[in-house]
Amino acid sequence: MAGPGASGGGGGGGWRPMLVPLLLPTWLTIGIFLVLPVALMAVYSFLTKEFRGGVIWEFTLAAYDQFFVNRGLFGDEPPTIEWTYIAIFWRSIWQAGLATLFCLLVGFPTAWFIATRPASQRGVWLFLITIPYWVNLLIRTVSLKFLIRDNGPLNEGLMALGVLDAPVTLINTNLAVQLGLFYSYLPFMVLPIYAAVERYNFALSEAAADLYASRWVTLREIVIPVVRPGIVAGCILVFVPSLGAFLAPDLLGGAKTFMIGSLIEEQFKGSLGNWPFGAAASMILMTLVLAALLVYARSAAQGAGPGAAR
Amino acid sequence: MRKGVRHYPGFGWMTVLCLFILYAPLIVVMAYSFNGSTSITTWGGFSLRWYVDVFTGPEAPRFKAAAWNSLTIALIAATVATAIATAAAVAMHRAGGFRGRSLTFALINLPLMVPEIVIAVATLIFFTMVGITTGYMTILIAHITFCIPFAYLPIAARLQGIDEGYEQAARDLYAGRGQAFFLVLLPLMLPGVISGYLLAFIISLDDFIITNFVKGAGMETLPTAIFGSVKQGIKPNIMAISTLMLAVSALFVTLSYLVNRRGRQSP
Repeated sequence: MAGPGASGGGGGGGWRPMLVPLLLPTWLTIGIFLVLPVALMAVYSFLTKEFRGGVIWEFTLAAYDQFFVNRGLFGDEPPTIEWTYIAIFWRSIWQAGLATLFCLLVGFPTAWFIATRPASQRGVWLFLITIPYWVNLLIRTVSLKFLIRDNGPLNEGLMALGVLDAPVTLINTNLAVQLGLFYSYLPFMVLPIYAAVERYNFALSEAAADLYASRWVTLREIVIPVVRPGIVAGCILVFVPSLGAFLAPDLLGGAKTFMIGSLIEEQFKGSLGNWPFGAAASMILMTLVLAALLVYARSAAQGAGPGAAR
Repeated sequence: MRKGVRHYPGFGWMTVLCLFILYAPLIVVMAYSFNGSTSITTWGGFSLRWYVDVFTGPEAPRFKAAAWNSLTIALIAATVATAIATAAAVAMHRAGGFRGRSLTFALINLPLMVPEIVIAVATLIFFTMVGITTGYMTILIAHITFCIPFAYLPIAARLQGIDEGYEQAARDLYAGRGQAFFLVLLPLMLPGVISGYLLAFIISLDDFIITNFVKGAGMETLPTAIFGSVKQGIKPNIMAISTLMLAVSALFVTLSYLVNRRGRQSP
């Protein structure tokens, strides 16, 4: 090891000898209380279920088998694909993807608009976007539920205006859950895109305009490729929490709008649950998220290439 | 023409729409929390009765206990997480390159990358296997763990902007490592440390899913208590509590905003 001297690359404060003591609390805390639990969860997903919600230490693939394979009510029919849980996962992916798309459609113009205000005004606009981001998610979801319920202010207001004749039922529909996800994670989309647009070199747009590119061509060909790392970061920040969301589907949805989060939560509630199955569903969810993050990492690596205009 | 490339027609309206969507539910709930009627549908004139109900009504003892748990857990978790994150930030940005640096970075950010519900499941399984009874302590441990990256990010960002010359000068003038840290580096890092602390505090106060898994029977924090009430229908006192919590959040954002602005003016 090339040990740098006290004033070398090791920094001016002489922190080098303190490296291990400074990092030990982090390693221990996250190692013991997050990495180890996730590893134990992986083990748990291969254990045999016991009746009262516990487990028996016997290796089995039963949890994954229950997830993917249908063997009939008594387990003696020829195995076919079990669609129940795949459908729940598919609905979650679809809902999370749609929420990401809607957040992008509203979030990008908003981020652009804020980043192109005079520097003195930007702080106020950002402040307005940040407040909901800091407000308790449970309270925000409850507020949305209050607003869109059958005889809530939204329906009453639209009826008073004459837009509607009778209240429209939103609660317990996929649309309500979609609205909830979109509403929950919208600020997560605006902030990273704002950070990218703020660093965007507008001379690029001017050059494109000088070469007779229209606004929208410039947006598509120049702006979006350059600020793409911000867009991808925003999409990840919306997609990942939406995928495992619990509050929006639980409070705004019903039995037909079941998502992964509710499925997992149910396995750990009382004695009716199935811990190994819940652990297996969590493992599958984590795999999906890691796949999404891998796409992000690759995309970010590309973004550091030709897209970096500075 | 120069200004033209920044302007896209309709983007301003999208921003208005975005803010409208973000604020409409909050404003409606705030307005209805001052409703004098016992029904949540009809307006019975302006009244503070639901705020009185929150503090003296039949559910008051439950909410008070939950609020106490929430506040003390947030206070302790944010303090411990900020201390751990500050130490890690100094090691990551002031000790040069070392083997395992990127692994450590991934470890710090792990709580942000694993979905909340998965952290909740894993933590519950861990406590059950180790044989620790779920309750106040398990909530606290879980909160400290997931608060670390939230505290770390603003602290590391601030530290990267501080010239190493300051500590170098202190060390050259025979300041010990501790003196260089507490008398020179920490005061310079303070805006980042405060931002990190406030963020960790709010994140802890906000958490529902993980707390719900590891809280055990009979233990409530404010979000789990509110969730329990909401399951039976939205009552006006919930709107009053929500408005109070909204006010606390707004206060925190304002504090963080002011600290950051002051931080930008100093070196």
